[in-house]
Amino acid sequence: MDLYAEEIVAHYEHPHNKGRIDSPSASFHDYNPICGDDVTIYLDIKGGKIADAKFEGVGCAISIGAASMLTDFLKGKSLHEVKEMGPKTIIEMLGIDPGPARLKCATLSLRAAQKALEDKR
Amino acid sequence: MVKGSDMELDVNGIRRDFPILGTVQDGKPLVYLDSAATSQKPKKVIAAISRYYRKYNANIHRGVYKISIEASEAYEKSKTKVAKFINAGSMEEIIYTRNATESINLVALSWAEQNIRSGDHILLSELEHHSNIVPWQILAKRKGAVIDYIRLDSDMAELDAASVDRELKKNPKIVAITQASNVLGTIVDVKSIAKEAHARGAAVLVDAAQSVPHMPVDVRDIDCDFMAFSGHKMLGPTGIGVLYAKKRILEETSPALGGGDMIKTVGFETFVSNDLPWKFEAGTPNIEGGIALGVAVDYLKRIGMQNIRDHEKRLTKYALGQLAKQSGVSVFGPDADDIDHRCGVISFEIDGVHPHDVASIFDQEGIAIRAGHHCAMPLVVNVLKRPALSRMSFYLYNKQSDVDAAISAIGQVKRIFKIKEAAQAKV
Repeated sequence: MDLYAEEIVAHYEHPHNKGRIDSPSASFHDYNPICGDDVTIYLDIKGGKIADAKFEGVGCAISIGAASMLTDFLKGKSLHEVKEMGPKTIIEMLGIDPGPARLKCATLSLRAAQKALEDKR
Repeated sequence: MVKGSDMELDVNGIRRDFPILGTVQDGKPLVYLDSAATSQKPKKVIAAISRYYRKYNANIHRGVYKISIEASEAYEKSKTKVAKFINAGSMEEIIYTRNATESINLVALSWAEQNIRSGDHILLSELEHHSNIVPWQILAKRKGAVIDYIRLDSDMAELDAASVDRELKKNPKIVAITQASNVLGTIVDVKSIAKEAHARGAAVLVDAAQSVPHMPVDVRDIDCDFMAFSGHKMLGPTGIGVLYAKKRILEETSPALGGGDMIKTVGFETFVSNDLPWKFEAGTPNIEGGIALGVAVDYLKRIGMQNIRDHEKRLTKYALGQLAKQSGVSVFGPDADDIDHRCGVISFEIDGVHPHDVASIFDQEGIAIRAGHHCAMPLVVNVLKRPALSRMSFYLYNKQSDVDAAISAIGQVKRIFKIKEAAQAKV
């Protein structure tokens, strides 16, 4: 198993959607005490869909790579679709299974996005 | 093929005693570099646990039948072994707990509970891990006591002597300090701190979780009042730890936990405490853990603690030398030329790569290292200002080739994260 596929490392080194959205529809800050990963997700919602997604944060390649890919992935998705996403979505998106030791890193930004939507309601 | 530092100690012979070291994962042999978290166990320790349950499992003390007497004697004999191992006065000074953490908590809940008052100072150091911080924070909150910290020097390697003087002038009631840092590998001169602390009337607790397993430790030479360490870091099983305390102090202190075995007699109104050390062990203890810890001590004594220390010094020096040749790799703690003040713990980081990614890539190569704050968040996060660190740590069964495997894994990390090797020409 190769955890560090080229694509994840590329996203870590040059993350997409890095930054904040001023006055976002929803945002959430989450922290993973295992790695010290620290991610804030910003979502802009229009017509029940994710119009824009950005993130700020520091962390390991798995968490930052996943946040970068997830913010790409979220755009255009309905709120219901985001709510239904789980670890499986992330594993498919990454193309690798990070295993139990690193799954929290991989799913940190998804959990933050889902909590952001929960808080909004 | 026996190499360099492996020659002085029969490492290959030792390794044959540890079944787990024969593990192969995905075709790669296990390289275990996380003994500071927990050590591996030799066959004799594993067999002692099994033998207890197969041959003489019975509750200890008060049993009149043969297997109970056998269990009681084995459990008590292990305390005598531990007492001799750290040169305590007698087994009356050896209290079994679950681990070093519980030992420190027991001091906080008994002696400190009975002796520390509002406004009193408790002195710790910035090197401490959570087990030697949080019990004191809980106590300080309950009592209204004040916690002070001895600072690190500007190299972030050793305790600052001026800070020791400054903090001791506040006349702390207790100085609780590590003998060997699980993050920086720093060996602290606890003997001299104990002497200065005693001159100011403070009690002294030494957290020996990282020292007793790895070097000769003599409680009477250090002259500490309390010492805490864990069985599982010294070839013993989990769930057994040791609190050493001076007999006089134990006699003057009331027990914190009540129940069976810690009493001599009980009436409806009151009880009479048992003799030492049982006074501080309530309820059925970890019998097999105590017995197996005694066997672990036998094993360590047969190899010799000075031999183990010398082996780890050679290995650590070799590893520091190899790490110094790596570009983009920083090492924390005392330098290689200060090896007498450094134990076999090396925290490091690779520029631009998160320590957890480092540990995951090592894992893919079959190498077990630790990444995180090493249960010392104030030191790692507030003092060293890192979210986490990668750490390799050695024990008697580690070989020079384990270090070589780690160095090669660092190369793999750099390849994955495309870190240029150009600067390596500086060597």
